[in-house]
Amino acid sequence: MSGSNTQLQRYALAVLSHLILVAAWHFFVVYGEIPKIVMPSPYDTLHALLVPNYRWLENIAATSIEIFGGFLLAAVFGILIALLFSWFRWLEMFAMPLLVSLNMIPKVALGPLMIVWFKYGIWPNTLMAFAISFFPIVLTTARGLREVEPDLLDLVRTLRGSRWQLFVKIQLPGALPYIFSGMKVAAILAVAGAIVGEFLGSERGLGYLMLQVQVTLDTAAMFMAVILITLIGGLLYGIVLGLERFFVVKDARIQ
Amino acid sequence: MSEAFIHLDSVKKVYRTRGQDFLAISEATFDVEQGELVSLVGPSGCGKTTLLKILAGLHGFDGGEVRIGSQSQPFNPARDIGMVFQQPLLLKWRRIIDNVMLPTEILGLPQDASRKRAYELLDLVGLKGHEDKYPYELSGGMQQRASIARALVHDPKLVLMDEPFGALDALTREKMNLELLHIWAEAKKTIIFVTHGITEAVFLGTRVVVLTSGPAKMADNFEVGIPMPRTLDVRNTEKFGEYTRRIYRLLGME
Ligand SMILES: Nc1ncnc2c1ncn2[C@@H]1O[C@H](COP(=O)(O)OP(=O)(O)OP(=O)(O)O)[C@@H](O)[C@H]1O
Ligand SMILES: [Mg+2]
Repeated sequence: MSGSNTQLQRYALAVLSHLILVAAWHFFVVYGEIPKIVMPSPYDTLHALLVPNYRWLENIAATSIEIFGGFLLAAVFGILIALLFSWFRWLEMFAMPLLVSLNMIPKVALGPLMIVWFKYGIWPNTLMAFAISFFPIVLTTARGLREVEPDLLDLVRTLRGSRWQLFVKIQLPGALPYIFSGMKVAAILAVAGAIVGEFLGSERGLGYLMLQVQVTLDTAAMFMAVILITLIGGLLYGIVLGLERFFVVKDARIQ
Repeated sequence: MSEAFIHLDSVKKVYRTRGQDFLAISEATFDVEQGELVSLVGPSGCGKTTLLKILAGLHGFDGGEVRIGSQSQPFNPARDIGMVFQQPLLLKWRRIIDNVMLPTEILGLPQDASRKRAYELLDLVGLKGHEDKYPYELSGGMQQRASIARALVHDPKLVLMDEPFGALDALTREKMNLELLHIWAEAKKTIIFVTHGITEAVFLGTRVVVLTSGPAKMADNFEVGIPMPRTLDVRNTEKFGEYTRRIYRLLGME
């Protein structure tokens, strides 16, 4: 009983702090008599949604596809590659240093190249989101798979357990918390990757829209775009968090 | 004369690291009969863990003879060894009952019967009612009891314990000592129990094997003539004091 009460209190407090921020924003703009071009009020910001020219839905869809698509690619390939690394040590020794080197490339610098290769569109931005969020997943997953207590290994060995049993019963479930901690980092990076891609060259998406309205000084629309991007990122992060709650026992979660 | 259940003769172990040889055990010779609870005591680094790992078949050795089981006392190394470590090493994502079940899953034993046995063992180690909890919901001592149940679940003939109570506080440790004697009497296993604690070694052991270090040598091997079941009071008896003094003397701590 008291447990669900404190739970409720926590949610209430979280909502409250957000409301206070919006209220502070409102009063700051209205009583500070800040020009709309510099900073629109929350009301003006919301109002920007009514401009049909901005094709919000289409742009939201484009950006969402890039973020979720890039993240999903990163998760699938990141985990897969880390698994291959743990199964084939020589592969890890061969490819891991290469990945580390490749990760040193500032992904943003690849933007113009991607446009040359893939033209404008959703693809280069999805790839950007993928490129930027892929490495943390590989790294954390590989680390999680490596982190098996030596004594636990001995326990399985005395029972003549197979490598597959070790993997399924101990290695993989033990790596899950690491995989999720990598995915949480990746979720945030994927958003940044997609938006940077849209800034560099695109004809759709919220980042693209921001550049368009920058020219006409519609600051309210820019604010709205930022809020929407944040919401998409928050949704992705929330999904990852939800999956983590479902799959990983409380004590094993990595904060 | 029948053969001993476990027979070690002049066992020698050399670790080779970076071209250097390190003699970890120079000569270990002792026998263990079925149903005994043998304490293996000695200073840190003297090779106790190494010896256990040799018995568990995890390490090879470089001389001498190791034999477990005999014609009349069959022993299957894959099935008949249970292990308890200093840390409980329970899987965080499994409930206690499922942690105890782990060895039976690896060995492919019938799961229904094993589950029943796992519940019985959790009862025996005093964890009735905690079966569905996760390890983090249990204290260190309770976790270690669960790991003892895990070591017994596949009904092994030999249980190897490497300082299982070393990480516990003194009070819990005494309690666990009493419970181990109870478990040993109930489960009727051969147990080899590694410890730093001289009092613990004498209190638990039907026999005590003393190793001295640099490199590990068998220094003593004697039967503890204090009848089971024992209570904590036996530690105040003259006989008990004689045994502990004997070990202290061997370890040069008198
Ligand atoms: N894998 C290894 N490679 C090289 N040397 C080792 C290895 N394992 C143990 N040793 C050495 O062998 C000696 C005995 O080690 P062991 O772990 O068996 O001691 P121990 O009696 O269990 O000590 P403790 O009571 O501290 O656990 C030590 O000096 C240790 O440094
Ligand atoms: Mg040791």
